[in-house]
Amino acid sequence: MTEEMLHSDPAHKGEEATHLSNRVLIVGAGIAGIQAALDIANSGHEVVLVDRLPSVGGHMHQLSETFPTLDCSQCIMTPRTVEVGRHRNIKLYVYSEVEQVQGEAGSFHVRIRRKPAYVRWDLCTACGACTEACPQQIPVQFDRQLEIARTTKSGQVRTYGTGKAIYTLSPQAVPKKPVIDTGYCTWFQKGKCRLCEKVCPVKAIDYEQQPSWYEEQVGAIILATGYELYPLSKLGEYGAGDVPDVIDALAMERLLSASGPTAGLMRRPSDGKVPKEVVWIQCAGSRDPELHMPYCSKICCMYSAKQAMLYKHKVHDGQAFVFYIDIRSAGKRYEEFVQRAMEEDKVLFVRGKVSKVFREGDKVLVWGVDTLTGLPVEVSADLVVLSPAMIPSEGTRQMAEMLRLEVDEFGWWTECEGNLAPLETRRRGIFLAGAGTGPKDIPEAVSQGSGAAGKVLSLFARLTGAAGAPVRPEDTGIGSSTRP
Amino acid sequence: MKRIGVFVCHCGTNIAGTIDVPRVIEEIAKFPEVVYAVDYKYMCSDPGQQLIRDHIAADGLDAVIVAACSPAMHETTFRRAAESAGLNPYQAEIANIREQSSWVHQQEQEAATNKAIETIRTIVAKAHYNESLIPFHLPLVKRGLVIGGGIAGLQAALDIAQAGYPVVLVEKADQLGGRMAELSGLYLNLDSSADPLGKKIEAVKSHPNIQVLTGSEVVGVGGYVGNFSVQVDKSPADEGPVSGEAQSSAVKRSPPAPSFSPQRFTFDVGAIVIATGYDLYDKRKLGEYGGGRYPDVIDGLQFEAMLRPDGPTGGRIVRPSDGRVPKEIVWVQCAGSRDPELHMPHCSKVCCMYVAKQATLFKQRVPDGQATVFYIDIRSQGKGYEEFVQRAMEEYDVLYVRGKASKVFQENGRATVWGVDTLTGLPIEVEADLVVLATATVPRAGAMELGQRLHVSVDEHGFFSEAHPKLRPVESLTAGVFLAGAAQFPKDIPETVAQASGAAAKVLGLFSQRQMVQEPTIAFVDAEICSGCGLCIPSCPYDARSMHEWRHIATVNTALCQGCGACTMICPNKACKLRNLAPIQVLSMMEAYL
Amino acid sequence: MKVSYFPGCTLNTTGKGYDNAVRASAAAVGLDLVELPEWNCCGATYPLIVDNMLELAAPTHILVSAHEQALDEGHEAPLLTTACTTCYNVLRRTNHFIRNHPEERERVNAFIEKEYAGEVEVKDILHVLRDDIGFELIHEKVQSPLKDLKVAAYYGCMVLRPPAEVAYDDPDNPRSLDDLMAALGAVPVDHPHKNECCGAYLAVKAPDVTREMAFTILKSARSSGAEAVVTNCPLCQFNLDRRQREMTQFHAGFAPIPVYYFSQLMGLALGLDAGAYGWERHYVDARPQLRALGLWNG
Repeated sequence: MTEEMLHSDPAHKGEEATHLSNRVLIVGAGIAGIQAALDIANSGHEVVLVDRLPSVGGHMHQLSETFPTLDCSQCIMTPRTVEVGRHRNIKLYVYSEVEQVQGEAGSFHVRIRRKPAYVRWDLCTACGACTEACPQQIPVQFDRQLEIARTTKSGQVRTYGTGKAIYTLSPQAVPKKPVIDTGYCTWFQKGKCRLCEKVCPVKAIDYEQQPSWYEEQVGAIILATGYELYPLSKLGEYGAGDVPDVIDALAMERLLSASGPTAGLMRRPSDGKVPKEVVWIQCAGSRDPELHMPYCSKICCMYSAKQAMLYKHKVHDGQAFVFYIDIRSAGKRYEEFVQRAMEEDKVLFVRGKVSKVFREGDKVLVWGVDTLTGLPVEVSADLVVLSPAMIPSEGTRQMAEMLRLEVDEFGWWTECEGNLAPLETRRRGIFLAGAGTGPKDIPEAVSQGSGAAGKVLSLFARLTGAAGAPVRPEDTGIGSSTRP
Repeated sequence: MKRIGVFVCHCGTNIAGTIDVPRVIEEIAKFPEVVYAVDYKYMCSDPGQQLIRDHIAADGLDAVIVAACSPAMHETTFRRAAESAGLNPYQAEIANIREQSSWVHQQEQEAATNKAIETIRTIVAKAHYNESLIPFHLPLVKRGLVIGGGIAGLQAALDIAQAGYPVVLVEKADQLGGRMAELSGLYLNLDSSADPLGKKIEAVKSHPNIQVLTGSEVVGVGGYVGNFSVQVDKSPADEGPVSGEAQSSAVKRSPPAPSFSPQRFTFDVGAIVIATGYDLYDKRKLGEYGGGRYPDVIDGLQFEAMLRPDGPTGGRIVRPSDGRVPKEIVWVQCAGSRDPELHMPHCSKVCCMYVAKQATLFKQRVPDGQATVFYIDIRSQGKGYEEFVQRAMEEYDVLYVRGKASKVFQENGRATVWGVDTLTGLPIEVEADLVVLATATVPRAGAMELGQRLHVSVDEHGFFSEAHPKLRPVESLTAGVFLAGAAQFPKDIPETVAQASGAAAKVLGLFSQRQMVQEPTIAFVDAEICSGCGLCIPSCPYDARSMHEWRHIATVNTALCQGCGACTMICPNKACKLRNLAPIQVLSMMEAYL
Repeated sequence: MKVSYFPGCTLNTTGKGYDNAVRASAAAVGLDLVELPEWNCCGATYPLIVDNMLELAAPTHILVSAHEQALDEGHEAPLLTTACTTCYNVLRRTNHFIRNHPEERERVNAFIEKEYAGEVEVKDILHVLRDDIGFELIHEKVQSPLKDLKVAAYYGCMVLRPPAEVAYDDPDNPRSLDDLMAALGAVPVDHPHKNECCGAYLAVKAPDVTREMAFTILKSARSSGAEAVVTNCPLCQFNLDRRQREMTQFHAGFAPIPVYYFSQLMGLALGLDAGAYGWERHYVDARPQLRALGLWNG
């Protein structure tokens, strides 16, 4: 390793290699963060992987099946989440947030705050007794606050939230340890209950648990903070989130998912009936500079076509409508996928933006237009699925401030040089991956995750002069070299 | 006689909720060779693993069976636990009684319990014959080969080189830069592409770790991951390799031949990145658009050439027929894309954006010009792309007409486009001075042949196939060969660069090991029985089988074999076997069950 | 060379002149057209509706007749040709359908009480002239070359679409008629609308539409430098020619242009007596042009 090679990147000269760490902090354990973590860990470096949720997997964990292959999302993802959970080079901090970062490339000091779970994870055996015992039935974020109809003992149909106050995100969660949502827990709210404590066989419940802090030293950081969906409350013309049976796309994923609140059976939330007419509304909040977001959210055309297909596979005599402006199916095999939805599954694509959605009796009325005939269209639907704009994850702006990095006016991470350096920020040693920089699909997020990992590995080699330093096979895991 | 320990997991209620675990323990304890059987709530937890370790020592176990969830979940976990107690990890087996019993028979508890018992019985029978195995260690050449010197190849080469490894970059043309060098400006900020690309090319050329071979083609590849042997032919136009020659003696050059025959370079590499890029669909195949017939009907790259200050027209937009500046230009999108009946079924992804860019640049240079775009769907999904297209429409008055063009012809000097405006339902005729066809993006000519040489699969159009469309977009199915850029599917520059770095990351991951480790549970040939019939060779999907030169028996390439077992099925006298899944094991498993 | 010949209704009646031209010019180049002993109307475009029996049976009956003739009279191969492009389109597509749909084939065969499985090859006469006779041979037999008459070849739809079933030339840029004209001593002029529809049956119901469609084609031919138009379809000839009657009313400055049926020009170039080739049926009389070129021998 010559002096020349250390300084071979002309933009960054004069580095001094003092107290350098070849560990990486990855913020966000969605699919992009997971990919980056695995690529780096398999190359023999330690990863500190932080996520604010109780388990890894991000939004991909919520999906039913993925386009264009219709693979079950958890099935393709769990081998990776499991590997992340047990990889000896990955130090996993879930239910945690990065509170502070100081330093420069090669030596960042990171302070991580772990939120109190009120469960002692070192004792917990994930038996599930606490969740079963919890008397609450609350709307939960993982299921997009869905309230599902159930028939009570007296024969009434009432809607209930789908989760418990003490919960794990799903049966496949990694790690599969529960946390208590103090906002709903009766003990924290009213001082009563404590049933979970009573049933826990290993006495792992600890209502007094405090947040804890951890310090880590890393040499590089990858921001894989992902996205959120535009809140329905801002879409007044589509019911502002108050109209029953008008749900967002991730809620539809939960309804379609075999591990979801209806075990994959297609049921209307309000009354549990099988919806015979379902309408998907594209660009709900995207491509709308006057009122909402001006940009395109990229993946909605594809996921709506997918959801419509899955719906038709479950309800053979159902009718699916998709109201669109442009169909954006530009990836590999995406065009053919949408054609399949139209030709084989008879999903009706209507070109026109929807102007209004409202409730009438037990139907949801959709007012739109078919621009190809020029005529207004009204559909009396049982269920309406909105494709809301994608927005950056909550807290991105604050993190940007803390890191002295830029985000654009919408809060998406700003890349250093959009075209030729899509994974780099203006700070050396801090990289980007996944939907945190802007809407993108899973293959792109994975590609970027690997890309950011490559950037980190390359950087470490230059900083520490340890290019090509061999790693013992045991450190990469048995047989993990040729079998990704 | 083996001493087998069986550990039955409750998996919380996942198994114990359906299966009567105490009864399972009771029955298993009666099996021959089972000297110890116990249950535990969560075997994969630390206490559970400790239980295994303790009993390997205490009971002198030489095989361990964990009856629990799928091996995909925790086989490695339990193998490591066994190893840490001094037991060969391949003596640890999983009996799947969760996914294959408890979870699928939740309503039939007794039957599920019986099935669990039988499942474990078969694994005990298998374990009897299990051998202690050692993983293979294979040598690893830590040099990369990047095929293609466009932006994807340049980025991948740089990332690998900057990590300290030598890279050979092979480019067919005489210059680096690929298609990006043919572009005039990049969307979104319309800056001239020569500058950022020029910097990248300089960085590559001046990097001591990168050896650039232009005017060269990969003509042969042998070997396997970690040990590919590559032959490259360089056509005689240049004097020789551009840089790094003095430092790298690894690239052997045959003595200089008379100047009209190519020079042959041979070298070894450990990993290959395919970044061969794209071609545009031949516009002569678009008869309905008069491609190739009319001089003023051109394609996207031809228009780019006109926009470049160093291009054939010195940066002036002119009609090829008479050199006049066109006042009306029509862009026809999806010329050959999204057309399964006649041309290509796929969408070429980048055209909507480059057409908006070209129309914008045209309007900037010819402010009194008129730009019209015929489209089906506008695909402007990237960051800032939507706004860019809106700007073209609103600020530069580019007219977007939603409808596919049906015919383009030229007469009396004017190029006419017949199309339709589906939003009014009326047919439209536009008489223009110049028509630009946004032709389909297709793989480079020769991609299929290259794929054959590298044993990498391509799809029916010639795009290289990724290992999994969602979760493995930069890897091919061939170990050690990775993909970047439009060779895999059309994509824009930011996506290409990210993917190239991703491919580089995979290479760096491979190179970070001292040697390659291969699972030993793969095929092997019993030399005494093998009759040399050769049936196993074509049956292998991984090209891992070949015939020994002079012994005339089949051999297994341990680096490539994935243990799929296809060869074992086809071998007529069972000379080919899988380690720890030999025919005797399968038969005894069946016997145990029946 | 012996080939079964199907004249079709039009060439048997109003287009008899063309039929004369076809037979004579074919004979002059060694193509022996043997008329089917028994034939019926092909049904025009109706056989394209394949869910009705009669419309399939009619053309199949013709194909059977051709097959039997080939066997009885010892033709080299069962080849059926016609000079009416609609008949060609119908016969060829019906043949294709019979070959590829065994169930329907059985039904039709039961109806016409014959056994036919698509043994006959159906070829348009221009195709036969190009590939089986050869334009070079025709060129050698030319006695009165066409004096470099600038002629725009017009193909219409029927011999080009659907390409997979009927086209023997590039459907977007066909050349066979152009090349034949060149072989006869004319100068073929390329023009962009040589394969656009002329309006076909709209001649009956909406002649103003066919007028406009004809105008587009003729205007384009003129501005490409053509002095005449030649076609291989009798219906196209009718539309392009007859609609010129009203054209000047709607398009001031339109100069009438003669529209030839190709066999007429072929006969002339081969030095045959062209008197009975149907010239009187043209609206735009072509004879003055021919006289001026010294080609008129009638």
